[in-house]
Amino acid sequence: MITRSLSLRLLSALVVFGAWEIAGRVPVSYAFPTLLESMTAMVRMTVDGSIFEACAETLRPLAIGVLISTILGSGIGLWIGLSARFEWLFAPIFVVMQAALIPILVMVYGICLTSKVFVVCIMAIPVIVLNTAAAVRNTPASLKEMATSFLARDRDVLLKIILPAASPMIFSGLRLGVSAGFIGAILSELKITLTGVGDIITYSRSIADSNVSKTYGDVQALKELSLEFSRGELTSLLGPWGAARPRC
Amino acid sequence: MGCGKTTLLKIIAGVLSADSGKVEVNGQTVTGPGPDRSFVFQDFALLLWVSVIRNVAFGLELPGVAKFEREAIAQKYIREVGLAGFEAKFPHQLSGGTRQRVGLARALSVNAQVLLLDEPFSAVDEQTRRKFKEDLLELVKTEKETFIFVTHSIEEAVYVSDQIAILLPRPSRVSEIIRPASFRDKSVDSIRRDPEYLDIVDRIWVSLRSYVE
Repeated sequence: MITRSLSLRLLSALVVFGAWEIAGRVPVSYAFPTLLESMTAMVRMTVDGSIFEACAETLRPLAIGVLISTILGSGIGLWIGLSARFEWLFAPIFVVMQAALIPILVMVYGICLTSKVFVVCIMAIPVIVLNTAAAVRNTPASLKEMATSFLARDRDVLLKIILPAASPMIFSGLRLGVSAGFIGAILSELKITLTGVGDIITYSRSIADSNVSKTYGDVQALKELSLEFSRGELTSLLGPWGAARPRC
Repeated sequence: MGCGKTTLLKIIAGVLSADSGKVEVNGQTVTGPGPDRSFVFQDFALLLWVSVIRNVAFGLELPGVAKFEREAIAQKYIREVGLAGFEAKFPHQLSGGTRQRVGLARALSVNAQVLLLDEPFSAVDEQTRRKFKEDLLELVKTEKETFIFVTHSIEEAVYVSDQIAILLPRPSRVSEIIRPASFRDKSVDSIRRDPEYLDIVDRIWVSLRSYVE
């Protein structure tokens, strides 16, 4: 059984990596590197340590944001899950927040850590809130009834029944929240200030090794031209007069 | 059958309130759950994240009985329902029948005068159920408490009861009360062959038959 699932996993990895390599070689897009190129770049960045620096930089807003989201999100989720009145009032807000707030993220600006943490929270909190609320609501009714029939106070029902019963689902919500928060952290680095992993993504995109060629009939206008245009820099394309006029 | 058996039991337990009328336990009107009544649930309602002994002691843990004391009491009832040796196990390690024994021990350990059993054996397989019913008869003899037992099985009701109240649906009401006279003191093995047992089972079936689609 183990060997079978292992070989299945290896096979699926092989299929994915194979498709990646082929797609990079075809190529589906000039901006799409092959598997080998990507892995080479990863090895290079691992050796010179830049990927670790970038991850450490990204980790800071992520860690702070996830911490805040965990406390705030599970608190709000608990509250929504426990009270039927706030469920229909607030749960839709968080459902909408998940999708509707992403465009607003584009407008978030600022160079400080705060705005990045804010983006992480916006991404992570709805996920955590909705999962926690659902977990609390899914506590088996007979368990609550059992506690009540043994004279449990509301506090006991919460601490001894609802929280332990809900905790597996609350924790899976937190796990989803962390990955949503990670997307938020990268998003903030792409949109707000270029640091960490977001910086590497933007830089790698700008130095795309494009090898552009173009021919007009039998005239070759461009031959394997590669240029780098970086963000924050002005590049002039300078040449003799008439160079811009197509001759055909 | 939907004739309000469980509803009635929950009203007696005080976890549901009646729209009108009242329930009295030893002359005291029921207004909510009380220490004089305890409940055995159809789906066991065990805490999956704690051991058998903590489950059994849960009813004592809530009012704050000291750990040593409540575990001693729990231990006594664990032995009484035949679960000795299972104290440290978790509910998922037990079979359905064994789980319900935990539920029963928990209900016994709070020393209530009235035990309310809501179809306690319906999620237990047939052979375990037979053994369980024999043990229940022993328990009723030793504990000398009031047991109120909801079931949809005619044989089960006649087998374990001193008094059988037949509830009929639409609207729910008591249609008949039967008190077996002769076989209650016989051994558990001979009840099923007793002529009176067979007569009562047959009589109840005749009166219920028209309600079964």
